[in-house]
Amino acid sequence: MIPLTWYLILSGALFTIGATGVLIRRNALVILMCIELMLNAVNLAFVTFSRHHDSMDGQIFVFFIMTVAAAEAAVGLAIIVAVFKNKATVNVDKINLMKW
Amino acid sequence: MLESLLFIIMGLIVITCAIGVVFQKNPIYSAVFLIQTMVSLAVLYILLHAQFVAAVQVMVYAGAVMVLFVFVIMLLNVQRADQELGKDRLIFQKVSAIFLGLLLFAVIGIVTVRSVLQGTKGEYTPEHMNEIGNTQLVGKLLFTDYVFPFEIASILLFAAIIGAIILAKKELKE
Amino acid sequence: MPGLFGESFLDLIGLVLLFPLAGAIVNGLCGKKLSPSIVGFIGCATVGLAFLISILVFLDLLKLSPEHRLFEKEFFTWIGSGSFTAVAGLQVDPLSTVMILVVTGVGFLIHVYSIGYMHGDEGFYRYFTYLNLFTFSMLLLVLANNFLLMFIGWEGVGLCSYLLIGYWFEKKSASSAGKKAFIVNRIGDFGFILAILLIFVTFNTVDFTEVFHSAPKQLTTGSLVATVITLLLFLGATGKSAQIPLYTWLPDAMEGPTPVSALIHAATMVTAGVYMVVRCNVLFVMSPFSLTIVAVIGGATALFAATIGLAQNDIKRVLAYSTVSQIGYMFLACGVGAFVTGIFHLITHAFFKALLFLGSGSVIHALGGEQDMRKMGGLKKYLPTTYKTFLIGTLAIAGIPPFAGFFSKDEILLEAYTKGNLLFWGLGAFAALLTAFYMFRLLFMTFHGKSRMDKHVEEHVHESPMNMLLPLMILAFLSVVGGFLGFPAASAINNFLAPVVGGRGHIGMVNGGETHHVSQNLMFSMMGLSTGIAIVGIMLAYILYCKKPDLPAQIAGRFKFVYNILLNKYYVDEIYDATIVNPTIKSSFFLWRWIDVRIIDGFVNGVARFVELKSEVLRLFQTGFVRNYALSMLLGGIIIIICALFFL
Repeated sequence: MIPLTWYLILSGALFTIGATGVLIRRNALVILMCIELMLNAVNLAFVTFSRHHDSMDGQIFVFFIMTVAAAEAAVGLAIIVAVFKNKATVNVDKINLMKW
Repeated sequence: MLESLLFIIMGLIVITCAIGVVFQKNPIYSAVFLIQTMVSLAVLYILLHAQFVAAVQVMVYAGAVMVLFVFVIMLLNVQRADQELGKDRLIFQKVSAIFLGLLLFAVIGIVTVRSVLQGTKGEYTPEHMNEIGNTQLVGKLLFTDYVFPFEIASILLFAAIIGAIILAKKELKE
Repeated sequence: MPGLFGESFLDLIGLVLLFPLAGAIVNGLCGKKLSPSIVGFIGCATVGLAFLISILVFLDLLKLSPEHRLFEKEFFTWIGSGSFTAVAGLQVDPLSTVMILVVTGVGFLIHVYSIGYMHGDEGFYRYFTYLNLFTFSMLLLVLANNFLLMFIGWEGVGLCSYLLIGYWFEKKSASSAGKKAFIVNRIGDFGFILAILLIFVTFNTVDFTEVFHSAPKQLTTGSLVATVITLLLFLGATGKSAQIPLYTWLPDAMEGPTPVSALIHAATMVTAGVYMVVRCNVLFVMSPFSLTIVAVIGGATALFAATIGLAQNDIKRVLAYSTVSQIGYMFLACGVGAFVTGIFHLITHAFFKALLFLGSGSVIHALGGEQDMRKMGGLKKYLPTTYKTFLIGTLAIAGIPPFAGFFSKDEILLEAYTKGNLLFWGLGAFAALLTAFYMFRLLFMTFHGKSRMDKHVEEHVHESPMNMLLPLMILAFLSVVGGFLGFPAASAINNFLAPVVGGRGHIGMVNGGETHHVSQNLMFSMMGLSTGIAIVGIMLAYILYCKKPDLPAQIAGRFKFVYNILLNKYYVDEIYDATIVNPTIKSSFFLWRWIDVRIIDGFVNGVARFVELKSEVLRLFQTGFVRNYALSMLLGGIIIIICALFFL
């Protein structure tokens, strides 16, 4: 059996890549994709733990995370479409009304 | 041995594609890399005896969600917009982000290596699971122990649908 | 019937409070949307129901034997802190029963009257909300079973009084009169609070029963503590009941609608001080010095206010000063130890003074808001019913037998003579003479003689509608028969209230340890004397204002100095302005301009400027770029993980 640690390291690497992507990309769509990456990393960790504990709870949780991810993607994309309609850009640096 | 080999190959594909998602200039390439990442992850799920999750990963994630992404990318014709981004105004953002990413990975690695798996073992060993069937088990649990969260999840999706429609439909004025 | 609601109607005492409160809440929250007739109906019905329950409670109380006429209903522990507990509860005993009967009964009549008087006013629902709230507070005041709860009611009536005096707040004089009443009352309330604190410190409880039970054991008669407590309580009473030196707010309070003056500033609230003194009679009896002070203040106020009443021309102001004077009588009675007599006069006064105020309201209503008696006269033929009832009220206050005022006032004079001394009697008797005089002056100036009204006012003079006249008639009836409650031979009220005042209510019971009965001769000669005094007063008024209407002006001209003093109310308001109000304002200006603006504001602004300067630096961290914030988030997350790694 493949050791638990391998999977977790892989999951951590995936998460780190996703987080870094969120930080360095300026395209809102890509940022959203990077968030999906991070969610996938978490899913992997859940399934791994589930396997190593001989328990089903982790897989059920993955199911719910996927639900949330789908909802998040739908709403997130809708927001991006709305912003694009308004400002004709998906550059997050141009969407900076938080500093008035 | 075969398992380990498969893991290493798939792990490498996952990492490579994930890096591709982040560093591709064109978002449509990013989306394709993301799909590849997810499919590879599905293989890993099968390795972990989570066949149902693997199937859902391919159908829902790599299929439905990513199609949505691709649609939006096409719809917005972002390629052009992305090229107009110009130089990053946040000078240290990229450097510090990569540095922090490495730091994060190091920390996760230390935590993973140092910690010992605790907790009691459950009853669903791979052998036991194969007798019943993974999908049947997930279904049974969803409609018994997890029926309440399940219903809540349906409400959440419903709310997301309404929210998405309203957001996308609204004519925002200048 | 009682079986339906438990043991007896006494258990229902909470409803007496609940109904007016419910009325206030309903009217206050939805009154704006309801039609005025519904608002009026709610206002009257709730008080009427409270009155019905009060009667049932009274009848149930009568069934009990006199010693057992004390019923306490405790609702919940209001404050429980260490050894201190205050239980929110109501106390039904003869004294509070009499009070709730007066409050709800007279209150109900005045509510009904208000429907007619306030007809068409913009704030109709607001008026009834306040009025119901007042009724609730007043009932709470008289029913409370401890000092703290009584204080809540005490403040509640003060608040409603303020709101109702300033009811027509767009009028400057009305809103400042409201403020004046509120502020002057604060001085008295300050004394009351101190008294409550001192009572708590001394007896470790604020419950009436416990305090009055342990007072005779813990304190010796004439001790300093008893004197201080009672003097502070009396300070509270002088504020609420408009006695010297805090009476100045009451005449100004006449800015409110007339039914309010009748209810709050004649029949109920201003007599709260008397009620409180009688309630605490156990404490007051323990301090002969305080009792003397009460009597002196009461007698002095009675005379002082009566002299001011002589020269006033505003119909309501005359009545206001007469109220101050009559409450002085009540305190005089309390001060000589005749507590029941004080309450007796309180009741009869509630009847005839409410009647007089409502009658004056009817006159003012008929004349379209005119209050100056110099512009009235000859109204007898226009307002026959109002005139008749007003005449009864005037006779009652003047003390002509067999009207209500005669019995109570006569009894006060008798008590003042037998238990006090000739000075108290003299004060009272002279004030009675003046009362008869100025009340009949008012009557003659308003209803008799030639009309001095403006032409266009005269054309519109009309008798008031039935729902205003009916309360007048009922009150007139009560003013006629009310006195027989305390008719010396039967003396129902004495016997009824005796348990509360420990038998001290009886004429000639305790005086320096010796009991002696007042001889029949003395009693009847006193009656004759006080009737004679009243008749002299009336005759004087008749001569001056009916027979020779130009004589008063000549007299005023002859004694210009005295007349001016009386007309200007002894310049007391001006003296208060010069000695208290203006120095306060001046020092407040100093505090504002220098201490507040320069020092405190300067300090605050300095701190703000410092923060602002430092913020300019911190501001740079907020870039407005979402990715930057995400970076900080990640940094924070990593730091947390590292901390967990090393320190857990």
